[in-house]
Amino acid sequence: MTNELNYILEAKNVNVYYGDLHALKDINLKIQKNSVTALIGPSGCGKSTFLRVFNRMNDYIDSFKMEGEVLMHNQNIYDKKVQVDELRKNIGMVFQKPNPFPKSIYENVVYGLKIQGIKDKEFLMNRVENSLKQAALWDEVRDDLKKSALALSGGQQQRICIARALAVEPNVLLMDEPTSALDPISTAKVEELINELKEKYTIVIVTHNMQQASRVSDNTAFFYMGDLIEHGKTEDIFRNPKKERTQNYITGRFG
Amino acid sequence: MTNSKKNRIKDKLFEYFGIACTLFGLVMLAIFIGNILIDGLTRIDLDFLQNLPSRKPEKSGILTAWTGSLWILSFTTLIAFPLGVAAGIYLEEYANKSKLSSLLEVNISNLAGVPSIIYGLLGLEIFVRVFSLGNSVLAGAFTLALLILPIIIVATREAIRAVPPSIRAASYGLGASKWQTIWHQVLPASFGGILTGVILAISRAVGETAPLIVVGALAYVPFTPSSPMDEFTVMPIQIFNWVSRPLHGFTINAAAAIIILLLITFVMNGIAVYLRNKWQKKISW
Repeated sequence: MTNELNYILEAKNVNVYYGDLHALKDINLKIQKNSVTALIGPSGCGKSTFLRVFNRMNDYIDSFKMEGEVLMHNQNIYDKKVQVDELRKNIGMVFQKPNPFPKSIYENVVYGLKIQGIKDKEFLMNRVENSLKQAALWDEVRDDLKKSALALSGGQQQRICIARALAVEPNVLLMDEPTSALDPISTAKVEELINELKEKYTIVIVTHNMQQASRVSDNTAFFYMGDLIEHGKTEDIFRNPKKERTQNYITGRFG
Repeated sequence: MTNSKKNRIKDKLFEYFGIACTLFGLVMLAIFIGNILIDGLTRIDLDFLQNLPSRKPEKSGILTAWTGSLWILSFTTLIAFPLGVAAGIYLEEYANKSKLSSLLEVNISNLAGVPSIIYGLLGLEIFVRVFSLGNSVLAGAFTLALLILPIIIVATREAIRAVPPSIRAASYGLGASKWQTIWHQVLPASFGGILTGVILAISRAVGETAPLIVVGALAYVPFTPSSPMDEFTVMPIQIFNWVSRPLHGFTINAAAAIIILLLITFVMNGIAVYLRNKWQKKISW
């Protein structure tokens, strides 16, 4: 039973359809607490769809249909009783392209708190400082909190988005190719950040970059054409993949 | 002659043709404005703006007309702005992509093309008779509001559609509800576009004559409205009335009133352009 406690999220027989397209086929996967799980696979394999299953971001797509269960603390997050906004306070998300709001840095970070109705200025300021520190951005922007977030560089913008997600203190952080729009230096910074953040958070990251997956993740799941081909410890997947398809993909023979 | 030479000549020909087409409209407008200015400019003075209409052209003024226009415009805006923007938000953000909503969409586009006199007849029946508002400012404003509603709805939807989906995703991802996302992100980002559409719609309303005649705007009103239930006249009706009189003095009055009306329209369009530029600069993705 102690083993059970180490998992924070569990996908059980998840099937996803976009109209006639069967995008995810009977996926079963447990996400380990306080670890980084990388979802890898070629474009269109369903890894981003799977990531979005966890915070129900697919719900906005008209043709989206899902079967199966996703359990968090033994509660199915697709249950009618679950409030989607409550769920998303618990499961934050960072997107592929940095998407700060066209507002000040401060307003960006406090947005998630303000929509919860929190107005206490001191409390908000504390959270801003903590979140920006966790996102390794505090020293760069501490004197410019009133500045527009759009005036920052791409790498800084992405760290604002991370800080913004951390400010509501989620348990899980979903990252959808968070470095694909960033230069190598910014990418290195974000990767370093991911390593630090897993102390407090559970991270699920979609990435196209094999080196990144092997650098930052503890567990890896390989998707192909909507199937979960293989998953396990990152070391094992990259050193001794059990399936030939995984081997071919991680060595760059296709993808 | 080689083919490529022929092509180049065709190219040039079309360019000149295009210039001619563009100039046609502009030259006509210039001649018209020039003519009006020559006829009417000297007639405009403070008295012209302050005088009531009179049987003697040189004593006539447009006080009742421009105050009437102002009353009508204010109430039209108060009615059409919230209705149109709310409907636009609903159609763009809430309505499911169902047959019903596409039927609604087609109908709204069609409404924008319905002749204004028909709105006048609708207003006469519903606002003047059924709601017994009589020949009042309110009846006229409701009628014009109906007329410009489709324009505002379409403008609102276009402005909302221009907001990048990534902003919505970010807001939802932080646990915001649909309304919070609309209120805190979508509306501020699209407000410039919405405002531009609203102003353009209003500047169309300021020139409308037919529906107001049907609703019962009077050509001769010896007083300015002091409540929304009062009778009224507006600029275009005053102009039409003067143009149709035989006395030459009235024609000059009409020209002068046209200048004022054009001025109002240009100023409103100018404000729309200014707002658009200002908001576009502020928000660049």
